Amino acid sequence: MKKDNLPAAQFEVEVPDTLKTEEMTLNMGPQHPSTHGVLRVVLKTDGEIIKSAEPVIGYLHRCFEKHAENVTWHQVIPFTDRLDYIASMNNNLGYVIGLERMMNLQVNERAEYLRVIVSELNRIASHLIALGTYGLDIGAFTPFLYVFRDRERILDLFEEICGARLLYNYIWVGGVAYDAPQGWRDKVLQFIDYFVPKIKEYNDILTYNKIFIDRTAKVGVIPADVAINYGLSGPSLRGSGVEFDLRKDDPYSIYDRFDFNVCTGKGQMGTVGDTWDRYWVRVAEMYESAKIVRQAAEQLPEGDAKETVPRNIKVPAGEYYMRTETPRGELGYYIISDGGKTPNRVKVRSPAYCNLSVLPAIAPGVMVADMVAIIGSLDIVLGEVDR
Amino acid sequence: MEPILQFFYNLVPGLADLPLWIAATIVGAIVVVAMFTYIALFALIGIWLERKISGHMQDRLGPMEVGGWHGWAQTIADTVKLLLKEDIVPDKADKPLFRFAPILVFAAALSAFAAIPWSRSFIPANLNVGLLYILSISSLVVIGILMGGWASNNKWSLYGGMRAVAQIVSYEIPVSLSLIVAVLIAGTLDMQQIVLNQSGSILSWNVFRFFPFPFIAFFIYFIASLAEVNRTPFDLPEAESELVAGFQTEYSGMRWSFFMLAEYADMFVVAAIATTVFLGGWQAPFEFLTFIPAAFWFLGKALLIVFVQMWLRWTLPRLRVDQLMYTAWKVLTPFSFALIVFVSLWKIL
Amino acid sequence: MGEYFKNIYKAIVTILIGMGVTWRHLFTRAVTIQYPHVKRELPPRSRQKLFVDIDDCIGCFQCARACPVDCIDIETVKAGKEEDLGETSTGQKKRLHVVKFDIDLTKCCYCADCVFPCPTECIVMTPKYEFSTYDRFDLIEHFSAYSAEEAEKLKERDRKEKEALAAARAAKMQAAPKPPSSDKPGPSA
Repeated sequence: MKKDNLPAAQFEVEVPDTLKTEEMTLNMGPQHPSTHGVLRVVLKTDGEIIKSAEPVIGYLHRCFEKHAENVTWHQVIPFTDRLDYIASMNNNLGYVIGLERMMNLQVNERAEYLRVIVSELNRIASHLIALGTYGLDIGAFTPFLYVFRDRERILDLFEEICGARLLYNYIWVGGVAYDAPQGWRDKVLQFIDYFVPKIKEYNDILTYNKIFIDRTAKVGVIPADVAINYGLSGPSLRGSGVEFDLRKDDPYSIYDRFDFNVCTGKGQMGTVGDTWDRYWVRVAEMYESAKIVRQAAEQLPEGDAKETVPRNIKVPAGEYYMRTETPRGELGYYIISDGGKTPNRVKVRSPAYCNLSVLPAIAPGVMVADMVAIIGSLDIVLGEVDR
Repeated sequence: MEPILQFFYNLVPGLADLPLWIAATIVGAIVVVAMFTYIALFALIGIWLERKISGHMQDRLGPMEVGGWHGWAQTIADTVKLLLKEDIVPDKADKPLFRFAPILVFAAALSAFAAIPWSRSFIPANLNVGLLYILSISSLVVIGILMGGWASNNKWSLYGGMRAVAQIVSYEIPVSLSLIVAVLIAGTLDMQQIVLNQSGSILSWNVFRFFPFPFIAFFIYFIASLAEVNRTPFDLPEAESELVAGFQTEYSGMRWSFFMLAEYADMFVVAAIATTVFLGGWQAPFEFLTFIPAAFWFLGKALLIVFVQMWLRWTLPRLRVDQLMYTAWKVLTPFSFALIVFVSLWKIL
Repeated sequence: MGEYFKNIYKAIVTILIGMGVTWRHLFTRAVTIQYPHVKRELPPRSRQKLFVDIDDCIGCFQCARACPVDCIDIETVKAGKEEDLGETSTGQKKRLHVVKFDIDLTKCCYCADCVFPCPTECIVMTPKYEFSTYDRFDLIEHFSAYSAEEAEKLKERDRKEKEALAAARAAKMQAAPKPPSSDKPGPSA
């Protein structure tokens, strides 16, 4: 790891030799309003300026991988819900597609379309939370409630199609758990019509606010090569200007049929790869996701969406690495099957975990307040970091 | 104090027979209690209003249950809860300082009320350096906050206290300088005289005289006063998402509620100063409206400013420490100096 | 210097824009629902509390096997030859006394995996969501139609039958020592 590529520390303080100073160790978390869960960051600070930051994780470890070895293939799906509980649909999708590819299974067209619609709606919901909590981290309370107002509509749609609001267990091997009810498609289109103009409101109150820009631009800059070296993915990587989106670069499901752009950070407000860019990528991606949802809902074919496979599936012996683009980045399931009823091993490459790893590299030299902004801009979900 | 004394002499004739110092003490005590009651009431209503305003600004309703109509009794219930809560003093805290800090903060806020003119006759202490008095007494708050932050023996509190010192001390300067602009126009530091100086219609208020200089000064004062009372976008000493609760982290129950009370009292004080110095104090905006009591105009104007403070709080993100300093030293201070120069020149010419 | 004034201008304008947004929202209708007084109509698919129509249950254990968190606890006793337990509403013959059908709602993860395999569609997710209790043991739902005594009696009977069967088999084994046949012995009274 070349340290030279990291941007120079934002704040350097010259301390005269005569002045005795001490570093202070500050435990940020696990109970802290803006570590997005039970993350603990051990900060070494010199006044307000951070000398080093070390994330300590594991407070939310729930043995996903061990659980997966002890339940049947199908029973793993509800557990995948709980990895990244803000974007459960996307978590289901990766695992299920992995199994389908191992089993060489074809899925009905309608099911594929429904999968894309729910995943993209979930991406919007997840990015909305990222936006809202980011505003909260910076100190603006109101956008948080605006995004929850709109996320609520997405959750209502999900509740209608699968009965759950957070942990869906909706995408199943061979199809989806339930077909869309009557009129659901129109409601999705209505939601998109309602939602897209609302993004402007978030921009008005938060994105283009001068104070917000001052707080986020040129802060926590991750240059492209550092981002790649640390294995960042998703909006955190694209914020650094790297055009990498698995929906385009390694298409799965039917993403190759839709017209959408990959949004990258361009450094409009400061440097490429600063926290504002990562934030902006999420805002822009909501537009793109809305585009995909609209196309998919308009093309949604008639037919059978329910799964056609027996529930006690057996997956042929072998190994497969399935990666999908969740709202947080590349979610990989490395699935090993010995041909039995239960997985031999399911390893999760969780994007939030890898994204968090860059924190110690970019933290030195920023202020405590920037630390909050950086953690917020990486948009980690501790359920996924700790699994 | 004389008009108030006179008022009480008329009310209770026996009071006039007592020596002046006894009478003055009694009347003073009554006024202090009245002010305290007023602050408590204002905090109760202000907190409720803030919740309602923030609620509606966020497409919510705010408190709706306690008391029936729009949850009007919510803050009363909260106060009762706070009073009944266990009084916790951390084991490793500097106990005397920890206990004294909220009192000092509140006392500073309360003392500032002494020189605020509510109407032509009602001003608890009509000092000829009233403005100076308010400015200096309200800066005592910073000592209380630092005391609380330091004594808590908590790193977050320490950060909060340190930030408060840096912030409030810096913002004292634009606050004072912008007020000097109005003082230059009025030619006096006497709060009552400043108000009387602006009598007439709305156009003779300081904001609209010598346009646009006092107007900008008013603007600067308003921004700087937000920092003085730790409101968003300058709520760094509390900075909920960064410092957990800043200097209040270890406080709970009764002591915490004193900090809260002081915050709302301070909000009102800075609004009252703005009203007195820039918005004509208790004067009606037009001659024909003078039949409405002066206190109404005063309260109305002050509450309007308090509303804007709340409005800003629920709109804006928070600044960072260095940006806070930038705003104070590189934007507000030079601008207020420039204004002073311009207004002085105008005065001379 | 130009940058300096531009920044101030931008700050003022964007703050005013933001204030405009909140001002507009001050007068828009709130989206809050006054929950205990007003309740949302949940969609029929809503996955909240599990319900078992025990009359239709044939005791097949499919739901218990499908549950990823093992929150369903079933015990059955074989019906006697002369006993007729009737049919389910889907027309299947019931052959087992379901003496215990407990669902531990504290464990339940509301995934609805148990609902699909049920051959008689007797276990369903209902939109009932208000079932908090003061005691967590109250969250263990007992669906069995048998009281504790009845269940104990049936189980006792079952145990005796099994013992008798084992004794009979042992006697048989003694009489003719040959490897036991693979077919299972049928239920005998």
